[in-house]
Amino acid sequence: MTADSAPAAAPAPSAPSRTPSGAPILTGSGAVLASLEKLGVTDVFGIPGGAIMPFYDELMASTAIRHILVRHEQGGGHAAEGYAAASGRLGVCIATSGPGATNLVTAIADAYMDSVPLLAITGQVFSTLMGTDAFQEVDIVGITMPITKHSFLVKRPEDVPAALKAAALIATTGRPGPVLVDLTKDAQQNSAPFVWPDTVDLPGYRPVTKAHGKQIVAAAEMLAQASRPILYVGGGVIRAGAEPELLKLAEATRAPIVTTLMARGAFPDSHPQHLGMPGMHGTVPAVLGLQESDLIVALGARFDDRVTGKVSEFAPDAKVVHVDIDPAEIGKIRHADVPIVGDVKEVLQDLLPAYATAAKATPPDLDEWWARLDQLTANFPLGFVDDPDDGLLAPQAVIQRIGELSGPEAVYAAGVGQHQMWAAQFIQYERPHAWLNSGGAGTMGYAVPAAMGAKVAEPDRLVWAIDGDGCFQMTNQELATCTINDIPIKVAIINNSSLGMVRQWQTLFYDGRHSFTDLNTGHMSAAEQTRMVPDFVKLAEAYGALGIRVTKPEEVDPAIKLAIETNDRPVVIDFVVSRDAMVWPMVPQGVGNSQVQYAREHAPEWEQE
Amino acid sequence: MSQHVLSLLVEDKPGLLTRVAGLFARRGFNIQSLAVGPTEVEGLSRITVVVDLDETPLEQVTKQLNKLINVLKIVELDTAASVQREHLLIKVRSDAASRSQILEAVNLFRARVVDVATDALVIEVTGDSGKVQAFLKVLEPYGIREIAQSGLLAIGRGGKSITERVLRG
Repeated sequence: MTADSAPAAAPAPSAPSRTPSGAPILTGSGAVLASLEKLGVTDVFGIPGGAIMPFYDELMASTAIRHILVRHEQGGGHAAEGYAAASGRLGVCIATSGPGATNLVTAIADAYMDSVPLLAITGQVFSTLMGTDAFQEVDIVGITMPITKHSFLVKRPEDVPAALKAAALIATTGRPGPVLVDLTKDAQQNSAPFVWPDTVDLPGYRPVTKAHGKQIVAAAEMLAQASRPILYVGGGVIRAGAEPELLKLAEATRAPIVTTLMARGAFPDSHPQHLGMPGMHGTVPAVLGLQESDLIVALGARFDDRVTGKVSEFAPDAKVVHVDIDPAEIGKIRHADVPIVGDVKEVLQDLLPAYATAAKATPPDLDEWWARLDQLTANFPLGFVDDPDDGLLAPQAVIQRIGELSGPEAVYAAGVGQHQMWAAQFIQYERPHAWLNSGGAGTMGYAVPAAMGAKVAEPDRLVWAIDGDGCFQMTNQELATCTINDIPIKVAIINNSSLGMVRQWQTLFYDGRHSFTDLNTGHMSAAEQTRMVPDFVKLAEAYGALGIRVTKPEEVDPAIKLAIETNDRPVVIDFVVSRDAMVWPMVPQGVGNSQVQYAREHAPEWEQE
Repeated sequence: MSQHVLSLLVEDKPGLLTRVAGLFARRGFNIQSLAVGPTEVEGLSRITVVVDLDETPLEQVTKQLNKLINVLKIVELDTAASVQREHLLIKVRSDAASRSQILEAVNLFRARVVDVATDALVIEVTGDSGKVQAFLKVLEPYGIREIAQSGLLAIGRGGKSITERVLRG
């Protein structure tokens, strides 16, 4: 992007002078840098352009902040998201005005849906040019208003520190989310005393973290009295870092647990009380466990339509205790009998002793409930056909082996679609922050840049991008970023040469009419003779990554092992898998969860007893 | 559905109105009337919104509005516990023959004539929705040329102020 030719303000002073009170005089750009350093930011992802050049000029000299030059702003945005999701820290991305800023929009929307603490810094044209359709001008504050937790337009250098401090606070506290700070070029160029505010003045922002005692007691009593309770755990538990408390509550109550797509890893998969993931592609015990429960304790979960199915038929006999830090989530979809607004970590800390008291009065008996759930678990384990008819690899087997060979300390970032569901189902998650995905927005292209961000945040961890051939083609340019910046991620392309999830729906619900879902990425079945565009191995090599193609079961383990051992460059494995594999179980859209199908046209016969 | 009057105390920041109005639009709620103006406290504005909603969506919209960083407080003003007024400027056709009849109506409704021309009068009227509608009905036969109407304004009865607790906290 070219530098603009708008009138320049006075050049930045070469050495900062000071005010009589001792505050250094900084340019707005210098103030941005100083503010980021004060906030403890150590890594940022971005690309320069005309309207953000003054800041980049300052950034060049920074030793405290590592800037990673991405190849596309969307990649920068998802990288910052992956960074945040893997580490729990604030993710920061930077773009210029106009198209630079609009390229961030998808990542910002993604962060909004999944409550990711993201700070997006964008350049804006000179304040004097705003509103004139200037070169590379867009109203990014206006465009992102519906998908940010808050945003700031900064036109004066003296407003920079307060805006950035407030932005970081808003992004990381309460229900986390993306905050955008749009900086005009004159705000970056002009100078002002740099005063780091002691406090943030946000009279309208006071997230409630401590819940009402009466509600806690009510929840504890309901939990003690329920005969079929279930803990419905959402991503909020991970955002709050409430996993230790969750484990304690689970073991104190003996209640079964389900972890949503956003909460995989919030509770160990190996724990006997864990029923798995609920929802459209959840396990049968998790789906029916919720459905048949008489008490749902929702913890940082939002009754998403992919979890509830048809809301009017969801868990018809259940009372609901709903714990969330966002009051607007409570009662939004499902009435809460006991609404609890608070930080789920603090709420669980209070709930534990309250439950102990309540359970002493009425000791719960869950034996019958567990007998039912154990029967479901025994009859309907997760599984797959491991020798597809077309002779190609079973995608689920590949993903399962990646998980088994990499272990629970690794990080797995998925794209969106079939491979995402299989990665959620067939990898064992034992810790939070190990599973990164685009849950709410369903953003194809999330995996590669998110894995890159995660590897930057957690350089000592093995980081996989479990990607689809469709998703990979949306953001794979960040392989260049990975190679050049020594970010050795591993990419597993689960290549079924098609937009697999759409194809699955076409097979099931559109009479098998596969309209525009063939991607021709090298499906090598003899019968079909499809093309291979692009050749992912050559593409990987072009980016300086190690490219490996795997077509036979016996090649799977050696390829994964080679990828794990190769750390001098990124690795891309093209797993050529069967396109007929489908994600099961499945609750078809628009029906109640009782209609869950274990496999095609095979409903669990759960109502027979 | 029923009509609700919401009073929002907000920080006077750029884009605030877009944030509030956009929230209604994107969550599928219609704004029936909107009035915005400064308060007795510098930097704070008050928005009075009238919406037609059931209880559950009303609760949702209130919670979503509360999440806006620049919204300090939201109060639903009950008709009985608040004073509610609309303000209208009405340009009505009038000539020598009709003028005295119009002026009589103006007096009956405690309205005021604020501009006189040979062929028209501009009348100012304040009142609740019922009174204003009744007045318009009376004027209609003379020929209403133009109306400018404010959104509903409302304030709670009694000594309490919407700004009190916010500023103490």
